[in-house]
Amino acid sequence: MDCKEQAAMLMRIQEMEFVAVELNLYLDTHPCDEDAVNDYNCAVEVLRQMRKEYEAAFGPLFNFGWGGFSRTPWQWVEGPWPWEI
Amino acid sequence: MWIYEKKLEHPVRVSCPDLRFAKLVITQYGGPDGELSASLRYLNQRYSMPFDKAKALLTDIGTEELAHMEMIAALVHKLVDGACCEDFRAAGWDGQFVQHDHGLFWTDANGVPWSAKYIACLGDPITDLTEDMAAEQKARTTYEHLIACTDDECVKDTLRFLWEREVVHFQRFGEMLNDVQEWMNGSTHMWMGHRPEEKE
Repeated sequence: MDCKEQAAMLMRIQEMEFVAVELNLYLDTHPCDEDAVNDYNCAVEVLRQMRKEYEAAFGPLFNFGWGGFSRTPWQWVEGPWPWEI
Repeated sequence: MWIYEKKLEHPVRVSCPDLRFAKLVITQYGGPDGELSASLRYLNQRYSMPFDKAKALLTDIGTEELAHMEMIAALVHKLVDGACCEDFRAAGWDGQFVQHDHGLFWTDANGVPWSAKYIACLGDPITDLTEDMAAEQKARTTYEHLIACTDDECVKDTLRFLWEREVVHFQRFGEMLNDVQEWMNGSTHMWMGHRPEEKE
C-alpha cells in the first residue's frame, strides 16, 4: 500500500482518536455523564479495530508491548516517522 | 509511564517551506506560551491537586500538550525543509543555521531560549488552575497572531486545530476550578486552606 493510502487510514484514526480525546477530557470534569461514557466506549471499540487494520498494513503504532506482533526484522524502526508523512 | 503513538494528533502539512514563518512559529515550541511550557506546567502541577479527577485532568491535558509539541516540531521541520545557508540569511534567521542548522531548538520567536521561569507551581490548586487558564488564553492569543502572519492554508489548518484545543482546555480547567472551589467551600474545608490528598 502506498503513502497516500497510509495517510488516509491515519486520518480516519486521527478523527476517531480526536473523538476519544475530547470525550476523555469532558468526562474528567463530568464523570457521571452516562451518555458520554457510552460514546467514549464506542470510540474505544472502533479505534481498536482501526488500529488493528492499520498495524497489519503499515506496521506498529505502539511499541513497548502495546502494539501488535512484529515480524523480523523489527518493524518499529521502519519509517516514515510521523513528521515525515 | 508514557507510551509513544507513532502518529501525529492531527495532520501537519505545508504548501511550501517558509523560513520566515518557521522563525515565528518556533515560539510555540520553546516560547513562554508554547506547548513544551504547557505540557511541563500541567504534568508538574498534578502532584498538588486535592482530588482524583483534578489529577486526571492535569495528566490528560499535559499529555495532549506533548502531542501538540510534536505537531509544532513537525511543522517547523517541514517549514525549513531544503533550506540552505542563504535562505536562512534572507529570512533573518542565520543564527539558527549557524547553531542548529535544520535541527530544532527550544526558543521563542526572538531566539530567547526556553526557561523553567515560564512555568509556575505554587502547590495551591486554585492558584495553579488559575495560572493554567491564563496560560491557555495566552497560547490562544499567540495562535491568533501566528494565523494572521501566514497565508499558507495548510499551515493555517494546523494552527487552527491547535488554537481550538486551547479553547477546550480553558473550558475544562474552568470547570475543574469550579469543582475545586466548591470542594473547598464544603463544611470540612476552609476556603483558602485545602487538605492535600483528601478524597472527594
